[in-house]
Amino acid sequence: MARVKSRQKTSLPIRLSLYFFIGLMSLFILGPLLWLAVHAFATNWTYPNLLPDSLTFHWWSKVFLDSALGTAIKNSLIISPIVVLLSMVICLPAAYAAGRLNYFGRKTFLIGMFAANSFPKIGLFAAIATLYYALNLMGTFVGVVIIQLLGTIIYMTWIPAAAFAAIPRNLEEAARDAGASKIRTFFTITLRLAMPGILVAIVMSFLASFDEAQGSYLVGAPSIYTMPTEMYSLVQNYPIQVAAVFSLLLAFPSVLLIGIARKHIIGGQLAEGFQIK
Amino acid sequence: MTTPSDEGLILHGLSKILGGRTIIDNLDLTVHKGEMVSLLGPSGCGKTTTLRMIAGFLIPDQGHITIAGKDVTELGPEKRPSAMVFQNYALWPHMSVFKNVAYPLKVRKLAHAEIERRVHEALELVNLMHHKDSRPSQISGGEQQRVALARALVQEPDILLLDEPLSNLDAKLRVKVREDIRELQRRLNITTVIVTHDQDEALSISDRIAVMNGGKIEQFTTPQELYDRPATEYVANFIGSLNRVEGSYNDGLVGAGTDAIGIRPEDVYFSHNEIPGGHRATVELVVPRGHFYEVYLKREDVALRAFVSSDIPKHGDIGYVRINKALIYQNGHLVRSA
Repeated sequence: MARVKSRQKTSLPIRLSLYFFIGLMSLFILGPLLWLAVHAFATNWTYPNLLPDSLTFHWWSKVFLDSALGTAIKNSLIISPIVVLLSMVICLPAAYAAGRLNYFGRKTFLIGMFAANSFPKIGLFAAIATLYYALNLMGTFVGVVIIQLLGTIIYMTWIPAAAFAAIPRNLEEAARDAGASKIRTFFTITLRLAMPGILVAIVMSFLASFDEAQGSYLVGAPSIYTMPTEMYSLVQNYPIQVAAVFSLLLAFPSVLLIGIARKHIIGGQLAEGFQIK
Repeated sequence: MTTPSDEGLILHGLSKILGGRTIIDNLDLTVHKGEMVSLLGPSGCGKTTTLRMIAGFLIPDQGHITIAGKDVTELGPEKRPSAMVFQNYALWPHMSVFKNVAYPLKVRKLAHAEIERRVHEALELVNLMHHKDSRPSQISGGEQQRVALARALVQEPDILLLDEPLSNLDAKLRVKVREDIRELQRRLNITTVIVTHDQDEALSISDRIAVMNGGKIEQFTTPQELYDRPATEYVANFIGSLNRVEGSYNDGLVGAGTDAIGIRPEDVYFSHNEIPGGHRATVELVVPRGHFYEVYLKREDVALRAFVSSDIPKHGDIGYVRINKALIYQNGHLVRSA
C-alpha cells in the first residue's frame, strides 16, 4: 500500500526524467541487438541509409548450408550439455558438503574456487596448453570439454552450496520424524528445495560453457570449433550479415534458458517457499 | 505394576553433554499412557534437548528411553513411534497441505485410498479440509500450526511431542489453540509431551508438569500441587508470583532468622477493619492489574505485595494484614507450609 501511495506522489519532472533514463538504458542494452537483428535480414545496410536496401533470408540459408558453421553449431550443442552434466556430477556433491557439512578447511575450499577466476584466464589457459601437449589433449574434444568445465565450477559449487545451506534443518528433521530414511529425506526434501538454486547454476554453467571462446580457441583450434570460436574466423572471412545471423543463433539458447529459469525461479517455490519462519 | 501396552514414556537416567556442557543430568521421567505432560522451564534448562532425545534427533550419552514398552534409545527418528510438532511447524513449502499430511503415510507405503482416507480424517480433525490444496505459505500461522498437528496425528503415534507449539501465535489465538490441542489430546487419548516456557500454558493444559532447571527436574507433579506446594524455592519463584523474605515465620509474623519464606500475594489478606490474625499495615502503592489490584503494604515486621479484588485501598490508607499461608524453605527445599 505504502509503495502505491508514494508512486502517486511522484512529481511529473521526476517521472519524465525517469522515463528518459529508462529509454536511454533500453537503447544502450537493446540497440546493438537491434542492429544485429536488422543486419541478419538485410541485403545491404550502410551509412547514410536509415533503412536497409531490402530484406532477405539469404544469410540464414548461407549459415545453415555452410558445413564449417554447421559443425560449429553442432559442436556447441553437444559440448555444452556434456560440460554441464559433468559439472553437476563433480560439483553438486561438493556443493552439498560445502553448504551442509562443517569440516576443516571448508572456507578455504570455497574461497579457493575463486582462484581459477581471479587470474587472467589467458595465462591459465597457456599453462594448461603446455600440459595438454604433454597429455595429447590439444585439439581434442575432451580437451575443450575440460577447458570449459573450469569456467562452470564456480557457479556449480557456490550457488547450490548457498541453496543447500539455506534449507532449514528442521524441514529435514520433520521428514525423518515422519518416518523417512536419510536418503529419502535427501531426495524428497533437501534436493527438491535446493532445486531452484541448482537450476540457476545449470543455466549459468551452460551459458559459461556455451559462450566460452578464449580457452576453447586456444585448445580446440584448428580441429574443434565451437560457435564462439567460429566467430573469430567469421568476422574476418564472411560478410558482416553472416556474423549477425550467427550472433543471434548464439544468443538464442541464452535467452531461452533465462526465460525458462525466470519462470521457474521467480514464479516458483523459491519465491513463495522460504517465507516460512 | 503396569503392563507394557499401558506404558507411555519412560526416561531413565538420561544424560547428555553438548559442547562440553552437561545439558541433561541423570534425568528420570515417567509419562503414563494418555497423559499430557509439560516440560516447563526457562531457556537453557534442557527441556528442548530432552524432547529432541525423545524424538530421536539426539542420542543420549547415558540412560534409556522407552516408548510404549519398547526401548528406542538407539533408534533413529524415522523408526520411533513418536511424532513431533515443531516450534516453527516445519511444513514443506513445496508441497500442498494435503501432501504435507500425506507424506508420513506415503513413506509407510500405504495404499492410495487408505492415504486419502486418513489424510481427510486428519484434516477434518483440525478443520482444514478447505485448505487441503493450499501451499503452507498461503495460510495463516494458526492454520500452519494445525497442519503440523494433522501431519503428526495422521501417523497415529504412540507419543505426540510438541515443541513450544504456541509461541508463534498471538495471545488470543494461543488460548484457543491450546484448548483445541487439549481437547484433541483427551479425545484421542494420546500420550503427549509438550515443551514450554510459559507457565500459564503448562498450568492450563497439563495433567502433570515437570519443572526443569539446569538439566534436572526440580519437581514433577500436578498443576495444583505445583502451585500449592512448590517443593523447591526455584519452583516457587518460577510458578506464579511470590513475596520472598528471609527470616523465621511464626504465627503469621516474620521474625529474625535464616529461612527463605515465600508468601503468595493472593495469600496476603488486607482489610480496612481489624481482623483476627491481622496486623497493622500502611498502603504504600496501589497498581491496577485489570481484574485485581496489586497493593504494596508495609507492616512492622515485613513489606508484602497483596492481590486485592474487593475493598480496594488507597495510597496512604492504614489497615490490617493477615498472612493466610506461607511456604518455608531451608537450603532451597520446602520444609513446611503454614
